[in-house]
Amino acid sequence: MSAAAAVPATGANRKVLPGFNLTLGYTLLYLSLIVLIPLSALVLKTFTLSWDQFWAAISSPRVVASYRLTFGASFIAALVNVVFGLLVAWVLVRYTFPGKKIIDALVDLPFALPTAVAGISLTALLAGNGWIGQYLEPLGIKLAFNPNGVVIALIFIGLPFVVRTVQPVLEEGERELEEAAMCLGATRLQTFTRVIFPSIAPALLTGFAMAFARAIGEYGSVIFIAGNMPMVSEITPLVIIGKLEQYDYAGATAVAVVMLALSFVLLLVINALQGWQRRRSGGT
Amino acid sequence: MKTSLKTLLAAAAFAASGLASAQTLLNASYDVAREFYKDYNAAFIAHYKKTTGKDVKIDQAHGGSSAQARAVADGLDADVVTMNTTTDVDFLAERGVVAKDWASRFPGNASPTSSTMLFLVRNGNPKGIKDWDDLVKPGVGVVVVNPKTGGNGRYAYLAALGYLKKKGATEAQQQEFLSKLYKNVPVLARGGRDATTAFLQRNTGDVLITFESEVESVNKEFGADKVDVVYPSISIVAENPVAVVERTVAKKGTAELAKAYLQYLYSDEGQEIAAKHSIRPHSAAVLKKYASTFKPIKLFTVQELYGSLAEAQKVYFNDGGQFDKIYTVK
Repeated sequence: MSAAAAVPATGANRKVLPGFNLTLGYTLLYLSLIVLIPLSALVLKTFTLSWDQFWAAISSPRVVASYRLTFGASFIAALVNVVFGLLVAWVLVRYTFPGKKIIDALVDLPFALPTAVAGISLTALLAGNGWIGQYLEPLGIKLAFNPNGVVIALIFIGLPFVVRTVQPVLEEGERELEEAAMCLGATRLQTFTRVIFPSIAPALLTGFAMAFARAIGEYGSVIFIAGNMPMVSEITPLVIIGKLEQYDYAGATAVAVVMLALSFVLLLVINALQGWQRRRSGGT
Repeated sequence: MKTSLKTLLAAAAFAASGLASAQTLLNASYDVAREFYKDYNAAFIAHYKKTTGKDVKIDQAHGGSSAQARAVADGLDADVVTMNTTTDVDFLAERGVVAKDWASRFPGNASPTSSTMLFLVRNGNPKGIKDWDDLVKPGVGVVVVNPKTGGNGRYAYLAALGYLKKKGATEAQQQEFLSKLYKNVPVLARGGRDATTAFLQRNTGDVLITFESEVESVNKEFGADKVDVVYPSISIVAENPVAVVERTVAKKGTAELAKAYLQYLYSDEGQEIAAKHSIRPHSAAVLKKYASTFKPIKLFTVQELYGSLAEAQKVYFNDGGQFDKIYTVK
């Protein structure tokens, strides 16, 4: 970060990659090919609908219920991941213990694992006859085939995002500041809230945003554990698949466009928050 | 330039196919037919070699029936499609991918096989489930496929509704019955296999409504003593339509082969393989021979009660249709 900031000071002729024009052109081309064209195709497909049809497609009660579940469960899952992801990152950075390398590698597994596999294994664990589910269900705790299952699956797939964004920041963090705080008589809580937290807050927010965004788009792991009941545990991606199964391409893309717009706005807001947070904490 | 490149590619493809000396055929089919077509393909390859002296190679692509139809419509180069609902083939006909009159190209509405919906219950039938009426009793967990996402689910819904219609229930009674039935559903599965897994592997629910053809794979997968098969008093005929994908065979020159492949499904050998996989054969003789597998059951067709699957789709399963009302109207 600081190296990048130093570049403009030493002059334009010291840039590593040649020519701003060339690199910007390349950036735009690449972004268009990979992101913008597919997404605009998505939006264009909805233009076959009239406004009324579009509105009907995106506002039917089943679809609205699915937005609520998808965004709500994603939000809860991302929040849980912020708390526990920070703990995991903290332990991995600050302590050494046997098998640390293995634990560190384990964190990335949800990235690599096919999400359907995650969904199936979680269901096998938590369903009424599963290893864990069989003990919980008599107590009245039902984790599979309802919204709880959705949240659990989303926590699973989102964890690495928080750990991997917070970890490098914690590693770079200056221990001296904490020691100084201690020496000046700060309590542990004060040290955390005044010294540590401000420096990692932007990273936490980024991790939250990424886990949240990932969860909104998640399909594979959720459908196995959700039970997929309309109005109760049906996620929006499943509604889209359902529409495709009825050959309702336009309706499916209409709902997809709504998700796209909502996700984009959320990411934009979180990015802005992050920028504000960074400026406030003095450009770290 | 462009055309010369195309000829070059075509020549290369031709040379390659000459080298391999075997034509390949891609059969895009639905999930549950995987095992059936594995056996059928082996039989067909042997048959084709014997009658024409030519080697063929058959590739299979399986997935949800309408997902497969969408893939073919969007350009998957399948030579033939073998589906589990006529709407999927109709969709392809609409797109001009298969012939408009596909249903009259082969005998029996171009459906060499069919199936029906019945119940699987846990061994010994502890809840005493005999007929559709038992499914709406309180405390009975019914595992069924979401009609929005699977043909299996659409047939289950139409079968239950057909039972009510045959009984002369009023429209309000029908809707009340169905809404009670779906209130008893703990897991609305996405597809046939999904439902089977929920029922047997996750031990969810007391009864699974599924295709008769699924019984065979359930017994194979989970052991023959895990479930009992219950035949309701009446059920629906679920046709398994087949069609040649004209677009592909014109391009690949496989029209003859594709036709022979589908035609052979109607042969005694093809029909017997189907029967062995619990798929109802079209041939009356083979059906009789396997009477122990296919218990006589009163059946009605989609045409008889609903006109066509496409019409049923509009009334019951499209957004805002009767099925949606079950979940949105309190």
